[in-house]
Amino acid sequence: MAESVQPESAHAHHGEQSFWSKYVFSTDHKMIAMQYMFTGMAMALIGGFMVYVFRMQLAFPGMEVPFYGAVTPARYNTLVTLHGTIMIFWVAMPVLIAAFGNFLIPLMIGCDDMVFPKINRFSYQIFLLSAIVLVASFFVEGGGFGGAWTAYPPLSAKAEYSLTGLGSSLWLVAVALEFVAFLLGGINFVTTVMNARAPGMKMYDIPMVIWMIVIASILFMASVGPLFAGAVMLFMDQNIGTAFFDPNKGGDPILWQHLFWFFGHPEVYVVLLPAMGISADIICTFARKQLFAYKTFLYTTFGTGVLSFTVWAHHQFIAGIDPRMANIFTVTTLLISIPIAEMCFIYIATLYGGSIRLTTPMLWALAFVAEFLIGGVTGVFLGASGADVYFHDTYFVLAHFHYTFFPIAIIGTFAGFTFWFPKMFGKMMNETLGKIHFWGTIIPFNCIFIPLFVLGAAGQHRRIYSYENFPDLALPQFQDMRVFATTALLVMLGFQLVFFYNCFISWRKKEMDAGRNPWRSNTLEWVAESPPPHGNFPELPHCYRGPYEYGTPGREEDYFPQNLPA
Amino acid sequence: MPQLYLEALSTYASDIDNLILLIAALVIPWFILCELIFFYFIFRFREKDGVPTEYITGENKRHKRWITYPHLLVLVCDLFILVGAVQVWYDVKQRLPDPYETVRIVGQQWAWTFVHPGPDHVLDTADDITTVDEFHVEVGKIYHFKLESRDVLHSFSVPVFRLKQDAIPGRIITGWFEATGVGEYDIQCAEICGIGHGLMAARIFIESPENHAAWIAEKSPFQLAAAATIPIVED
Repeated sequence: MAESVQPESAHAHHGEQSFWSKYVFSTDHKMIAMQYMFTGMAMALIGGFMVYVFRMQLAFPGMEVPFYGAVTPARYNTLVTLHGTIMIFWVAMPVLIAAFGNFLIPLMIGCDDMVFPKINRFSYQIFLLSAIVLVASFFVEGGGFGGAWTAYPPLSAKAEYSLTGLGSSLWLVAVALEFVAFLLGGINFVTTVMNARAPGMKMYDIPMVIWMIVIASILFMASVGPLFAGAVMLFMDQNIGTAFFDPNKGGDPILWQHLFWFFGHPEVYVVLLPAMGISADIICTFARKQLFAYKTFLYTTFGTGVLSFTVWAHHQFIAGIDPRMANIFTVTTLLISIPIAEMCFIYIATLYGGSIRLTTPMLWALAFVAEFLIGGVTGVFLGASGADVYFHDTYFVLAHFHYTFFPIAIIGTFAGFTFWFPKMFGKMMNETLGKIHFWGTIIPFNCIFIPLFVLGAAGQHRRIYSYENFPDLALPQFQDMRVFATTALLVMLGFQLVFFYNCFISWRKKEMDAGRNPWRSNTLEWVAESPPPHGNFPELPHCYRGPYEYGTPGREEDYFPQNLPA
Repeated sequence: MPQLYLEALSTYASDIDNLILLIAALVIPWFILCELIFFYFIFRFREKDGVPTEYITGENKRHKRWITYPHLLVLVCDLFILVGAVQVWYDVKQRLPDPYETVRIVGQQWAWTFVHPGPDHVLDTADDITTVDEFHVEVGKIYHFKLESRDVLHSFSVPVFRLKQDAIPGRIITGWFEATGVGEYDIQCAEICGIGHGLMAARIFIESPENHAAWIAEKSPFQLAAAATIPIVED
């Protein structure tokens, strides 16, 4: 298409590239995707280390945690705050949207790069800067920010309350920079998909994962404005004495909560949708099936996106908002269960009549659906205002959102990573190690969070470094559950070594054994070489049909790639 | 489900528990059914030699009703949950039954202060009894509380009452409860409030009328003084 002229100019210097221009200042979407992927994974290791430290403290209060030391209350707050912040903003966002979006969009829509490659590079550079600022904030005087990832003022607004004055400001700066990075990325994603598709690729021929990343980018761009404004206001409250959120000077702390959750709830769908798209593509490939009711799935997603802007105050039922408002937000929150349930039904219906091959990526994709269902149904308890009076700020909430975010950020990432690894590196991963890693992650995951549902139902509240001060919660049977959850966490973290080992040996293999299309899949990325060279396709492909033509009647092969003429 | 681990000791605690049960009764069958069908399909449609896959786009009505009808049923379930949720919410948070007494609860980094109205049952009089991290109430009486905060957000949470309400600096939030059984239980701060958040524990003492009267008599030096002054005024 004519739009591909601009990327051409950015790729003028094919061939001999220096280390710096190839790996550091690259404008190639695949390299930027890898930069996002590995930065995200490095941040996941930091976030994972944090959860190891504070779970050890919860299981064995007062212990000297190996590789860390004693966990003081101040450090505990910093650890839980930064665990949440990192896992959502520096792991789920960069990996699911930025890494998969950058890698997949040009390949799957059949063009040679993003339409704004330099903006793309700039986006990653700002993201990297934001990560550096965040990590630097751990080491400043007073330590990293310890006011929870929701950063409610007045605690977050005044150093005398939080005792982490500089840490809180750096935290805000890092988050704001990260938003800038994803705004730039989002503009790129939406523009590229709308303008640079292969000739013949109509709206309903776009693979679902691409649609999901586009819708997620739109949701992000539409929701982040208020929080960005909020972040600027909070920064000024912290540093130059304004009083936007200070009730003693006419401000209102609840205002922050509205700004935060107006972004915060759509944000859940921003990370959920790419993971749903990844699972949909993988399930179709390995079930050899059409995605059941593609258009319904798509319109349901649009509906979810719109509804997701109307539910934010269910995070604030007991926060001091007018109690009558809770009724409105209960209605919208319960309504949003309908499109999400519909999407789960579509996954199940897609399996019907298929020819299912349980490869490692397929196991991850199926696990995403099975586990996300638990996150979905437990959300109903929290969306119902009357029940939330009890569950709010307990471990039930914590277990609920880990049953959504873990399938999204971890299971979804592993699904996508193992599925597209052959395309990224030209080599297959080891299936046996992949399955060991899968079961070694999924089983402990459930063992971590099911006890936490029980503890939440028993009234255990969040962000407490030791329950010894609460006689009703310090009972030995509850402590046993905490120890059990922590043990399961250690097992799960241990099994991640299998993943890294598998990546390493697969990447080091000499033979390029993947071929162009190892999974016999339909979408355009499988037309390119593995790994795709700079510029992706020798000649840009033409698209003739939808992405999920598996088992098409009257064809010998059970798949029908999008680029093959009829 | 909370009642498995924790007593239900307020008039609305069992309503909240029942609402939770109602939701569980509606969503758990859905969950089990979905997972059963999901796993059945995975095993039933495993790859077999010579068995081609079925070509189903899901776009025609005959196929699509398999997802349309279930999602209409989900909507019906949502309506039941909505009615239950709003009823319970109205009872706990929107309506305010007439109180026997009003108490003041103040959160600050990192303690709860309770101001009891004392023998005269009127708050802000000389005979008020102020306690820290100890809250004494009488069983079977409707209390209003005026919830305040001196610094950051806190959340007043009494798990056995199933009651939780954030405290916000600059505002006075009124709520209510009526205890239905005696005993001594945890009060939590459920909103992160700084490094002492984990220390912000208090205890609620729900007492029989006799014990509560005895506690007031013991704690209120003003009671004797007040009793002594009354005849003087009459003279």
